[in-house]
Amino acid sequence: MKYLDEYRDPVLARKLVAEIHRITTRPWTLMEVCGGQTHTIVKQGIDEALPDGVRMIHGPGCPVCVTPLEQVDKALAIAARPDVIFTSYGDMLRVPGSTTDLLALKARGSDVRIVYSPLDALKIAVANPDRQVVFFAVGFETTAPANAMAVAEAARRGIDNLSVLVSHVLVPPAMVALLESPANQVQSFLAAGHVCAIMGWTEYEPIAAKYRVPIVVTGFEPLDLLEGILMAIRQLEEGRFEVENQYARAVRREGVPLAQDQIREVFEVGVRKWRGIGEIPASGYQLREKYARFDAERRFSVGDIHTQEHPACIAGAILTGDKTPLDCAAYGTLCNPQKPLGAPMVSSEGTCAAFFSAGRGLGGLRTFSPARPLVQVAPIAPARLPETAEAGR
Amino acid sequence: MCLGIPGRVVEIRDDAGLQMGKVDFGGVRKDVCLAYIPEVQLGDYVIIHVGFAISRVDEAEALKTLEILATMGDLVRSELATMGPGMDEPAVVSDDGTPVRGLFGAPLTGAPGGPA
Repeated sequence: MKYLDEYRDPVLARKLVAEIHRITTRPWTLMEVCGGQTHTIVKQGIDEALPDGVRMIHGPGCPVCVTPLEQVDKALAIAARPDVIFTSYGDMLRVPGSTTDLLALKARGSDVRIVYSPLDALKIAVANPDRQVVFFAVGFETTAPANAMAVAEAARRGIDNLSVLVSHVLVPPAMVALLESPANQVQSFLAAGHVCAIMGWTEYEPIAAKYRVPIVVTGFEPLDLLEGILMAIRQLEEGRFEVENQYARAVRREGVPLAQDQIREVFEVGVRKWRGIGEIPASGYQLREKYARFDAERRFSVGDIHTQEHPACIAGAILTGDKTPLDCAAYGTLCNPQKPLGAPMVSSEGTCAAFFSAGRGLGGLRTFSPARPLVQVAPIAPARLPETAEAGR
Repeated sequence: MCLGIPGRVVEIRDDAGLQMGKVDFGGVRKDVCLAYIPEVQLGDYVIIHVGFAISRVDEAEALKTLEILATMGDLVRSELATMGPGMDEPAVVSDDGTPVRGLFGAPLTGAPGGPA
């Protein structure tokens, strides 16, 4: 397919890998923010092809993974009602709540339907005027224009039997939360290309400047990721900390203004809880008062539900990059994609699922040792010390 | 959910005040919302995410990236020649140091930057 196949060329990929090896003189720790990028990096073995000491930490950018358990339990409470058609993006269906998941509810007779687009939920609402149709509006800035459009269209066309259960999160506050953490090891970010396609990258400029971290807006194909890593390492090696755009074919500095207008029309920024991370101020979207009648939480009065994660699951440490799935006692044994304990094993964008589908740590040909060099990298943008720098390769 | 994929716009229509259309993904056609990219033209490539066009692919930029990548290979090769041993190890090796599956599942036959 055009604009996909060209960016998967193995010959070019090897050239990029060689160039990364050539310019790298010191250990660096990078984080790819988006789960889609994690999937490609792990599946293609890109992280293992990097110079010794260059580490990829897999970031929290998996919407399924960071949706808090409370929201999943609220979804389950709403979906169990006989008057409700519950619609959701497919990857939310197997996310375990406290007691069950949406797929199990569906098997027991609840009307749970997978939709590709929130406009499909709108269509279902139009076709079923005597039923309540609820859409699980999760995601980062990438799904926000779509989810906002569904609400705005429902308002414009007077479709009152649609409501949305909102669990929207934002990338920049999560990056700041990671950078503010005393345990932070991230020295540079690959920003999520499609989030930036919509939002542009002006929000990232103050972050790069304040925390002295290079941020490279990066696409999703193997060559995009390798080039993004190359650009990030080049900045680190040169002591620069700018926002650069690797994904120029899809991302403009200002983003897509009409989509941003629609988001702002329907949503306002508010505090959000992130599964595994906790509450982050101003880190998500909630419906504006003007659209409150479309809020499923109000419509169905699903109050605060107190929840407990499975004790064996270390999803929080995985999401923040403190641990890898290989550090988890449940990985591949108690917990697998067929029977996930936690969200990162559910979504194909989750780190655990990405590791599992690449066969990492599961025996066989590629026994991946968790004892790969853990680089000690305290300062965010350390001063250059060429005399102590080890020749990379 | 988060996967955005590029496709070619093959139909643009007004659907009750909303700019909609059809996009072809290598033979598979999908109904999509084009409202956020009003300047879109038939034949344009757009990136589709949960049924919405979120970006028009800039063809010139797309080609530029590929050109930069293609020319870089020669620089890399000449650089490699001057660096001597140490750079000749395969990019992907297993724990015991033997080459395993290279990038993209292809067996790795040469050094980084070398011929496929």
